[in-house]
Amino acid sequence: MRVGLIHSIIRKEEKLLLDEFRIRPGVEVVNIDDREIVFNLHKNNYPFDVVIERCVNHSRAIHAIKVFEDFGIPTVNTYQVAEICGSKFLTTQAIIKASIPTPRCYLAFTPESALAAMDELGYPCVIKPNTGSWGRLLSKINDRDAAEAILEHKEVLGSYHHSIFYIQEYMEKRGRDIRSFVVGDSCICAIYRHSEHWITNTARGGKASNCPVTDELHDISVCAAKAVGGGVVAIDLFETPEGFSINEVNYTMEFRNSIDTTGVNIPAKVVDYVLEVGKR
Amino acid sequence: MAECPVCGAAFNLAEGTEKGEIIICGDCGSELEVTGKDSVQEAPQEEEDWGE
Repeated sequence: MRVGLIHSIIRKEEKLLLDEFRIRPGVEVVNIDDREIVFNLHKNNYPFDVVIERCVNHSRAIHAIKVFEDFGIPTVNTYQVAEICGSKFLTTQAIIKASIPTPRCYLAFTPESALAAMDELGYPCVIKPNTGSWGRLLSKINDRDAAEAILEHKEVLGSYHHSIFYIQEYMEKRGRDIRSFVVGDSCICAIYRHSEHWITNTARGGKASNCPVTDELHDISVCAAKAVGGGVVAIDLFETPEGFSINEVNYTMEFRNSIDTTGVNIPAKVVDYVLEVGKR
Repeated sequence: MAECPVCGAAFNLAEGTEKGEIIICGDCGSELEVTGKDSVQEAPQEEEDWGE
């Protein structure tokens, strides 16, 4: 089987995946650098049985996946999953449509209507860029004064991406949240992300520890994954008195801090899944 | 031998290092991208749509 792995820089995750593909019998893995590839949209020059997407740029990822998919090459993840997960709005819509618990969320298009939305949602609340990752440009808005300041800054300094206001209920985490990893129909492992800061991303210094995968955590994680189209995704969850609540779903998941922590060989599980998709 | 473009330190790349791989200079701590068998450059700066 010939596997294409499209990437930008090679992070620890891509290295682990490449190493795992290379030890599988009958598998040839080909690196596709998204900084070098030129797609001739009229001709399928891509002799792959399956392509795994590992770009660090969301914009490159969704375009590349679309090209491969349209040439009939199976991809992990699919264009649908990448498009939905690349937008916090589309992710929230998919989660709501699937009747899965998620923080209350509002969408607005002007600073004035965003302020009205925050007044209605109550303070503190959180405003996030619709596309973004690693906890960047998240703002916890503690009161109306802060809301007005942030909105003015976004209006004056922000690019057009910041003119869509995605506003979420602030969830009290009590120092931790959960990231679960879903591969196909299974939640293979999960970690707690601990931080005294309200942003718990490990990219921002959050510390990981193992989180047991209970039936409840397994089921809501798999449901959330299926709501966005399934595949290989990482789910961010809050713990609430009423149960778990889905925050976000990530489609090019990072897992370097979670292999030793959970004792699960995540790259091996991902490779198993990719090869299974390639055989279909 | 590869040379760190930031501090000039010379070092050997480990066997099996991938083109495009991100490594850290042992002397100055800069993030470097492997560009060839014996060459590195400063790693690209984070862009707005980088992430997972």
